[in-house]
Amino acid sequence: MEIILENWPMLLGGIGTTIALTVLGYGFALILGTALAVCRVSPIPPLRGAATVYVEIFRNIPLLSLLILIAFGLPDAGLLLPYFWCGVLGLTLSSAAFVCENVRSGINTVPIGHAEAARSIGLGFFGVLRYVVLPQAFRTMISPLVNVFIGTLIGSSLCAAISVAEITYVTQQLNIRTAEAVLLFLVAGVIYLALSLAAASGGIALEKALAPGRRRRPTTTQAMMGAQQA
Amino acid sequence: MPMTDARDTPVPPPDGAAAAVGEPLISVRGVSKLFGDFAALKDIDLDIHRGEVVALIGASGSGKSTLCRCINRLETVSDGVITVDGRPLPEEGRELARLRSEVGMVFQSFNLFPHLRAVENVTLGPMKVRGVPKAEARAEAMELLARVGLQGKEHSLPAQLSGGQQQRVAIARALAMHPKAMLFDEPTSALDPEVIKEVLDVMTELAEAGMTMLVVTHEMGFARHVCDRVVFMDSGEIVESAEPEAFFTAPRSQRAKDFLGKVLAH
Ligand SMILES: Nc1ncnc2c1ncn2[C@@H]1O[C@H](COP(=O)(O)OP(=O)(O)OP(=O)(O)O)[C@@H](O)[C@H]1O
Ligand SMILES: [Mg+2]
Repeated sequence: MEIILENWPMLLGGIGTTIALTVLGYGFALILGTALAVCRVSPIPPLRGAATVYVEIFRNIPLLSLLILIAFGLPDAGLLLPYFWCGVLGLTLSSAAFVCENVRSGINTVPIGHAEAARSIGLGFFGVLRYVVLPQAFRTMISPLVNVFIGTLIGSSLCAAISVAEITYVTQQLNIRTAEAVLLFLVAGVIYLALSLAAASGGIALEKALAPGRRRRPTTTQAMMGAQQA
Repeated sequence: MPMTDARDTPVPPPDGAAAAVGEPLISVRGVSKLFGDFAALKDIDLDIHRGEVVALIGASGSGKSTLCRCINRLETVSDGVITVDGRPLPEEGRELARLRSEVGMVFQSFNLFPHLRAVENVTLGPMKVRGVPKAEARAEAMELLARVGLQGKEHSLPAQLSGGQQQRVAIARALAMHPKAMLFDEPTSALDPEVIKEVLDVMTELAEAGMTMLVVTHEMGFARHVCDRVVFMDSGEIVESAEPEAFFTAPRSQRAKDFLGKVLAH
């Protein structure tokens, strides 16, 4: 326990870096991923194709490979980024692919008739998306997007491989000095768990806030739980 | 009125009066629509004049919805030309989006925007497409909702309204764009029998007020008593176009006879 107390400032720094990596990577991924999703539903075939290729590439490369390629490949290409920003870039590129797929399937939950009704009153592609489709899709997207957030948080631990001093990296360093692997990684695990749970409960609060005073329809899950009791 | 109007036409005809007999408001010429190799519409010709109310009837799958959707360019045509008020609709783009609102459309499944209140459903188009200021758009929306008999329901969400009420909001939403014509695609088919009348009443009033309308319907009473003309489609073709009385009492084609035999037997 003393190890933890003595090295608390270092751990706190690690937590701060983990949060910074996650929030920045996820924030940029939301923007990039939404833009990609808009491309994927756009009427312009080349845009659709480009977004599809993007998603297939970045969703299928292991994040670790991606981070190492960025950290050690970009300098070869003449672009020297600090390791922290390499981490942010890798997380962004990877998470954007998942954001894109979630936003796209959120868009697909909106009945096609609503989009047609919106077109029939004269709204164009962006108007239909902005005023009719996305506001409806957003509520169904919250929970999958929280999953992407958690994925980004957990993925940020791989930035340890490119020497970004986030929680996992700090834990490894302490372990080298003290050889208390189990204790140290248990603490790190609890920190990740706490951060994930905080994000999940934030998502639930957001879902509730977006349905003010509306009767919440029972979900299929609830119906199935009822069936079990009966 | 834009200044250019006076210069373009030396003697501008009084609105509507001169045009009523001449140019059709909606003109469909030689229109075909293919889905793959399946022809949903085959060489359709149809003129609808200003103020005319046309019933479009026919069996399921005969192409009635497809024709409506082509007129509103929700669907592109494979061949032929459709003009609205003398202008062919342009290819996809901003101009098309705006022009599309010149023809209002009412759908079988209402398609109200569920996250918006009744009045917001009505004001969305005027505010975002025509750039009408909010206060003005709201005032007109309230008037339109009152006109379709929905005073007091302005702030309800679609989920809080009955089917008949939702469909009347949808009619108000289309009217708010000041369309030159209205297309109704089976507006009462999803409704319970007891609320069908409230929607038909609104449509009848609209017809009496001089709106140009194309109505896909299975309500033969409406077709017969409110419409000026009945157009009968079968397998993607217009088989018959006649005055309602003549059509219902003495259909000329065998296909129309068979169809009427089926629907009127119920
Ligand atoms: N998007 C589409 N892709 C392929 N086929 C289609 C499509 N839309 C319509 N069709 C076909 O075109 C034909 C005409 O369809 P349409 O919906 O216009 O018929 P309808 O007269 O409106 O019938 P209903 O009374 O059932 O509404 C049908 O055979 C239908 O299966
Ligand atoms: Mg139909």
